[in-house]
Order: sequence, then C-alpha cells, then structure tokens
Amino acid sequence: MIWETIKLAVQAIFRNAMRSFLTVLGIVIGVAAVIAMVTVGQGSTEQVTTDVEKLGSNVLMVLPGQDAMEGGPASTAYSLFSIRDNDAVQDQLSVVDIAAPLSIARSRAVFSNENRRTDIVGTDNRYFQAAGWELARGRFFETAEIQSGKPVCILGETVRSELFGYADPIGETIRIKTLSCKVIGLLQSKGASTFGSDQDDFVIMPIKTFHRRIAGNADVSTIYVSVREGVSTDRAKEEIETLMREIRRIGRGEDDDFTVMDMKQIATMLSGITDILTGLLSAVAAVSLLVGGIGIMNIMLVSVTERTREIGIRLAVGAQARQVLTQFLVEAIVLSLIGGLIGIVVGLALALIGANMLSIPFTPDPKIIVLAFAFSAAVGVIFGYFPARRAARLNPIDALRHE
Amino acid sequence: MNNVPAAKTPLIALHRITRIYGHGETEVRALDGVNLKINKGEFVAIMGPSGSGKSTAMNVIGCLDSPTGGQYLFDGVEVADLTQDQRALLRRHYLGFVFQGYNLLARTSALQNVELPLIYKGLLRAEREAAAHEALEKVGLAHRALHDPSELSGGQQQRVAIARALAGKPKVILADEPTGNLDTKRSAEIMEVLQHLNRTEGLTIIMVTHEEAMAQYADRLIWMVDGRIERDTPTQRAA
Repeated sequence: MIWETIKLAVQAIFRNAMRSFLTVLGIVIGVAAVIAMVTVGQGSTEQVTTDVEKLGSNVLMVLPGQDAMEGGPASTAYSLFSIRDNDAVQDQLSVVDIAAPLSIARSRAVFSNENRRTDIVGTDNRYFQAAGWELARGRFFETAEIQSGKPVCILGETVRSELFGYADPIGETIRIKTLSCKVIGLLQSKGASTFGSDQDDFVIMPIKTFHRRIAGNADVSTIYVSVREGVSTDRAKEEIETLMREIRRIGRGEDDDFTVMDMKQIATMLSGITDILTGLLSAVAAVSLLVGGIGIMNIMLVSVTERTREIGIRLAVGAQARQVLTQFLVEAIVLSLIGGLIGIVVGLALALIGANMLSIPFTPDPKIIVLAFAFSAAVGVIFGYFPARRAARLNPIDALRHE
Repeated sequence: MNNVPAAKTPLIALHRITRIYGHGETEVRALDGVNLKINKGEFVAIMGPSGSGKSTAMNVIGCLDSPTGGQYLFDGVEVADLTQDQRALLRRHYLGFVFQGYNLLARTSALQNVELPLIYKGLLRAEREAAAHEALEKVGLAHRALHDPSELSGGQQQRVAIARALAGKPKVILADEPTGNLDTKRSAEIMEVLQHLNRTEGLTIIMVTHEEAMAQYADRLIWMVDGRIERDTPTQRAA
C-alpha cells in the first residue's frame, strides 16, 4: 500500500506538472541562495585568515605617529626614524630576529617608451628575508652596493611586466626621476592581497641610494621587524616600545609618537570586516529563503480549491481520509526532496563558481546545507499537507462543492 | 420492473431523517422527517422544486453527508453508528456516484479516472485496467479510454463518470442531476445507459432530476417539497 501511495503521489506530481515545477522552483531558489551565499562568505573569511597567516604572525611594524591604523600613513607632524633607530632595534633587542628599514616614495619608473607610477622603496637585503621575498631571476644586493649606495634595483613582477613585457629586464637600465638605475633582480610574484591591492607593484633599491638620489634626506618611514622564533609578539612589542621611547626621549606620562603594529591587530580588523560581509550575505540569503517559502506557500494555497475538490472526489469513491492524507504528504515530501536536492547541487555549483571568480577557498558547510534544506522542505510539507488535512476532514459533499 | 418481489429487508430504509443547517434563527431544515424505503433493483427518480431537499436526501443516502437526526439503515446496518472511515468503506464497496458537474480528475485519462475507485479497493494494476476497460465499454467509450476529460464532450465526460461509478461493482448508483448540463439528445443517451444498467444488471439506481422527461425513465417517482416527501408514485411508464 505504501508503494502504491508513492506511485500515486508521483503520478499526481506529473499530472500537475506546472504546480509541481513552481513548488520545486521555490525550494530550489531558497536552498541554492542560502548555500551559495553562506559558502562564499565563509570562504572569504577563511581567505583573510590564511592571508594574514601568510603575512607572518611574527611580524611587527614600527610606524611614526599614533593611530596609524585609523589614520593611514603617519602624519608628517611626527618625526620619522633613522637608520640608527633601526640598527638599535636590531642590535639591542634579543627578541628581534631581523629589523629592516624601509623608506618609500611614489614616483614614475621609465624604460624606453614605457612608464609606470609605482612605489620606490629603499631598504636592504634584510627586508627580503624578513618579509619572505624570493628571487625569480637575478640576485639580491651586494654589500658594496648597499654601503656605497650604487644605482641598482630589484623589480616587483608588476613593474617588470609593465615596463618590459616579455623581455628580460636583468641588466637593463630604468630611469626614476634623475636616477638611472640598473636592474639586477626580479622578485617572485605574491599576487594580490586579500583586498585586491597589488603586492608586486614596486621598485626596490639600496636605502642609501634612495636617500641620496630620490628622497634627498635620510629618513626611515617604517621599521619592519621579524620577531625571533619562540618569542611572543606581545613581549617583543613591549620591548620595542620601551627602547623607542628611550631613543626618542619620551618622558613618563607622555604619549608615544610612534606605533608598533602587530599582524594580529590587522587580522582582527580584517576578520571584523569579513564577519560583517558574511552577516550581510546571510541576511540576503535569509530573505531569499523567505521569498522561496512564500512562493511555495502561494502555489499550495492557490491550488487548494482544486485539491479540495480532488479530495472530495477521492472520498466519494471510497478513499478513507487517512489514505488521501498519506498520498498528499508523500507528494509534498517527494517534491521537497527533489527541490532540495536540486537546490543543493545548484547552490554548491554557484558557490564553486563564485569561489573561483573571487579566488577564495570553496568550503561548503554541512550545517548550512542541512538548515536550508530543512527549512524549505518544512515549508513545502506544511503548506502541502495542512490544507489537505483540513479538506480530508470535511464531509465529502462539502469538499466536492468547495469553491 | 417494479414487480420484483420485495426483499425481506429493503436495501435502503430512511426513518424520520432530518438534516438541519445552521442554528436558531438561521436554521434551515433541508430534510424534515423523511421516511423512505427503496428495494434492490429499483430505479427511483426524486424530483421537486429547488430547495426541496432532493439533493440533500441523495447525499445522505450516499453517505456523503450525515443526517442530523433519524434512522438510516443500509441493507440492515445503522449508518449513523458508523465512523467516517466505515462510511468510506460503505461507499467504496456498495455505492457509485454520478454528479451533475461530472467531477472527473483533470489532466487524468478517462481510464485512470475510472480506475480511481479500484485503487482504493486494493486491486492490482492489471485487474484495475481490465475492469476499467470493461466499464468504459458498457458506456460505449472504450475507444476514448486514453483521452483527458478536457478532450471529451460533456456527454462523454458524464459517461466516463458513469463508468467510474460502475467500475467498483456497487449495489446502488446515485445520480444527482446527471443530465443537468447536457442537451436533450445527450441526456437521452445518458438515461438509456442508466436504464440499461438497471434492467440488465439489476443495479439499484436513485436519481435526482428536475426534468419530467428524465424522470420518466425511472420506475418510481418521489416528489419532495420543503424537506418532506409529498408524493411517491410509480411513473407513467411503469404504470
């Protein structure tokens, strides 16, 4: 009898193809939207987390001024650092593995007919080591080049492709302002950062060269620190702060005129943003689920008249209320299952496409899949079943005469 | 035909049956103490002005509606004592219905419509199809078995409905204005089918109609007014 009931239900589904299709569509939209959006949201959160880990959880940056996080680049009101400050951090603190000075300016790099406005960075080989840059071709700086400030430079991948296309840049000379600079190395690409900024868009030269030929002063804008292994960044941060206060002669009770920034802070800030993003996507998904549910509800309620008459006919020819209800329940369950399964497939496919387009990891969450499926199926079953139950309890003649 | 000797117990016996809709001021007595006996093999027509309770009587007899008061014995069994499910079984095994509006399932072939009662009788697919075909042949529609109701004329749809009522091999066929939506020629065809079934198969037929000409196909004519039976006479044809 159960098998017979299932067959009856399947027959009814095909007999009312349009109604069945619309019901299934409602469930598909609800389930697919939730799965796609939440999966993409969670993927981007995970992407941010791994990106921050890649930056190095053992990296600190010493920046001039306060509130560098909110204020962006340090304001000019605060005095910058010097090479001696950097060397003090490097030499006097055992918690510091590497301290590299960075000075940065925006300028145009020119080669032949091509040019690109980019970051010109002055530093030394310690920076490559601390930040984990690898060579794609050529070599790093030689000690003599650093000490005497030779006009040599190492390119990021973006600058190379803009200026040289497919040609080999090693040994060529590019021009920055009045400086003619020989290309000795090319860095391996790190690609875009989490928020799309290009990490390969710079030209690096010895800091002495930068000071003399580009900046015209001897300032250091950032001290890039990697903490010795096994030392907590919090402790390193404290020690650096104490040392910097000493060097910069900041008295008791006075505010720091520099900031030691920790990647954990950056991580917290970024994951705060992606949490908002995930929340937003989830809200949109919840609305889709609701809209899908209302769609299902409408179809079911619109067809109540026809179904009530059908129930009346079945009762008149001798069906018992229970038999009619089982049939309608099975029908609703079969429709919900079909819709739910299609919805899961469509949702995962959309999430996969989205993850590829945004280059974030594809991390489907079984909890969300189950939740979306259960909600839509419940709507389908409730609105398929309860009107039928009401009809089956009527006198057959009242069901038959239902307008 | 009405000379068939009466069985010891009548097939259908109504005793002071009432059916009341609403309460108090708005109370409507659709049936107001109906007494009626119908024997096996009779062809009875019920007539009366609209609102006289003829359809209500038909629905009570068919167990589609429950009486408010009185006694209804079907083949000696008190129907008022039956549960809803037991009444469904009674309809399933003993009663067949033909409605004015046909009441066929849409988008479902004539054959499948006729099979419907047999599904609930628990017949296997092959048995159902054979029985449904046989019933369609009796109403002359075997060649339209695979057509949907929307592809059939009104007269054909009503014949499918008769086949559906027949398929379960009931004891009684209840027809509520079966020709109400049909022209004279189609009406005559339907009545001939019903009359033929009554004569050759000994089926008891109870029919509500408001057309004198249709009532003349029956053997016995019951005239209702205001929820009561006013006249109960043999038809001219039978007399």
